[in-house]
Amino acid sequence: MTEPLRVAIVDDHAMFRRGVRAEIDGPVEVVAEAEDVESAVTALVETKPDVVLLDVHMPGGGGLEVIRRLHVRHPDMKFLALSVSDAAEDVIGIIRAGARGYVTKNISGPELLAAITRVAGGDAVFSPRLAGFVLDAFAGTIEVAQIDEDFDRLTEREREVMRLIARGYAYKEVAKELFISVKTVETHVSSVLRKLQLSSRHELTRWANDRRLI
Amino acid sequence: MTERNAPVYRRAYRPADRRLVGGVATGLADHFGVNVIYVRAAFIVATWLNGIGVLAYLLMWRFLPLQQPEMSPGLEAATRQGLRTSPNRPRPIEIIQTLAIGMVGVGVLVFIQSTGRGINGTLLGPALVAVIGLALIWRQFDDVAWKRWMRQTSGFGFAARIGAGGVLIAFAGLYFITQERGWGGMIDLALALGVAVIGLALILGPWITKLLGDLTEERRARVRSEERADVAAHLHDSVLQTLALLQKNAGDQATVATLARRQERELRAWLYGNDEQPSDSLVAALRASAADVEDAHHVPVEVIAVGDAALDSDVAAVAKAAREAMINAAKHAGVDRIDVYAEADGQTVEVFVRDRGVGFDPESMADDRMGVRGSIVGRVERHGGTVTIRSKPGEGTEVAMTMPVRTPDLVTTEEPS
Repeated sequence: MTEPLRVAIVDDHAMFRRGVRAEIDGPVEVVAEAEDVESAVTALVETKPDVVLLDVHMPGGGGLEVIRRLHVRHPDMKFLALSVSDAAEDVIGIIRAGARGYVTKNISGPELLAAITRVAGGDAVFSPRLAGFVLDAFAGTIEVAQIDEDFDRLTEREREVMRLIARGYAYKEVAKELFISVKTVETHVSSVLRKLQLSSRHELTRWANDRRLI
Repeated sequence: MTERNAPVYRRAYRPADRRLVGGVATGLADHFGVNVIYVRAAFIVATWLNGIGVLAYLLMWRFLPLQQPEMSPGLEAATRQGLRTSPNRPRPIEIIQTLAIGMVGVGVLVFIQSTGRGINGTLLGPALVAVIGLALIWRQFDDVAWKRWMRQTSGFGFAARIGAGGVLIAFAGLYFITQERGWGGMIDLALALGVAVIGLALILGPWITKLLGDLTEERRARVRSEERADVAAHLHDSVLQTLALLQKNAGDQATVATLARRQERELRAWLYGNDEQPSDSLVAALRASAADVEDAHHVPVEVIAVGDAALDSDVAAVAKAAREAMINAAKHAGVDRIDVYAEADGQTVEVFVRDRGVGFDPESMADDRMGVRGSIVGRVERHGGTVTIRSKPGEGTEVAMTMPVRTPDLVTTEEPS
């Protein structure tokens, strides 16, 4: 067996950090904890963990600020957003900044471990909620003439995968449903993540503003 | 989404959180639904024609209202406490891009000047300074961060501001001295004075804004105390009640989980949601049903929605059928989670209710199973929709409902009026 993954927990609630640590310590190694943007940046630069569990709302500018400061210089560090905030603009915002996934805080221990492993492997983690946000963000038809890049729309297959995830299917179940391999599902999800990050589609920014539904 | 249900009067705004200079270009880009870079380019091209671009920009800066992002109370609080960064902040690449086209614009402008066909040479300099001065002051009027900087009366910010004002005045003075001759001198003097006034305004700005600021501050404090009262009342009504119930039922795990889940749902809706009524729309109805099922059967129901639809009789039938499907899943499937997914694109409404429970064989489904036959399949089919039930023993069940929409949907039509 290879070395355990090195994980950092960044969240401003000490109780929550302790809870997560108790749940995941062992299979992975928790190398750092931090409670705000400043301490997180210092601790992360020092320990260079494989995966950072990042709260969306935190003193000093939130998870978004942490990613902004570290992402360019430390591209190997993978961020997984972990939050109770269901505000679509913040979730999409943190993904666009560079996080490789988003899960809600009531996720179970084993599921969180699976998500950490997936993110560490370079794949993306989409919860049903995030898949719903993504479908919403890319919703609506835009005229072909307006599309600058391929980033601006999802392929039919990607949309299918997103819909199944939003319907509560795990990656394995999505693969079975569409008669494709889990690896292919992962490829589709990663490609959606990339589009989400690179798309300059103006609807995407405006959508975040217009949208006030959970 | 926005194109489909555009209100009759659509106003352009300057978005406060996404602007580079005044937000005019961004606001217009939003309004016309084009990429902001084209709008910026258009302004720069227009500037080559006797500076019309700059003039238009300044005018629109004055007359387009600034729009502060409208946020749910939870987000607003998080923003105030510095717990989040606005994801809409202009990216560095956008700034560089804009600077680049700005440079090209200036280059062409200089070229036009050199051919002698541009703006009168003696006017160009002061006009430029005046525009920059105006931009500085106007930005100060609508930018909070800037306001803070302008209100400072010591430290680096103060020194920098005085410096900026001083440089402008010195520039005006130099200009005056070098140009002092003949009739032109009169115009030059007026221009120089104008620039000097701008410089003075920069220096005096803090005291003026402070005066204005105090007034708004007072109003804000009043609003804040009202908000605090709301929060206190809300906390008392819901959270304290729940905590009391939790203590009473501490031994009963299922009840504790349900209570916690309900409280979470309420708080979440209050912080990040809007006040929707179950009768308003499909999604609201589904959420309400999910909440009821959670309470009655102690199973979490996750509702994910993409788009929304008005609750006409057809859609209401789907919502009711979905509710039956949720109840069935909660009662018979023996699971700890039910997923509900709804999608409405304006033409059809689709709802999926899925569990990973025991499942059953749809072939052998007895006709007397009123729940499935009558209240799910029959109900939807009577309104012209279709229902597919997929289930296998041991592999869970998924009920998929599709319904064509007759009325144009009323997706989130809560434009700021």
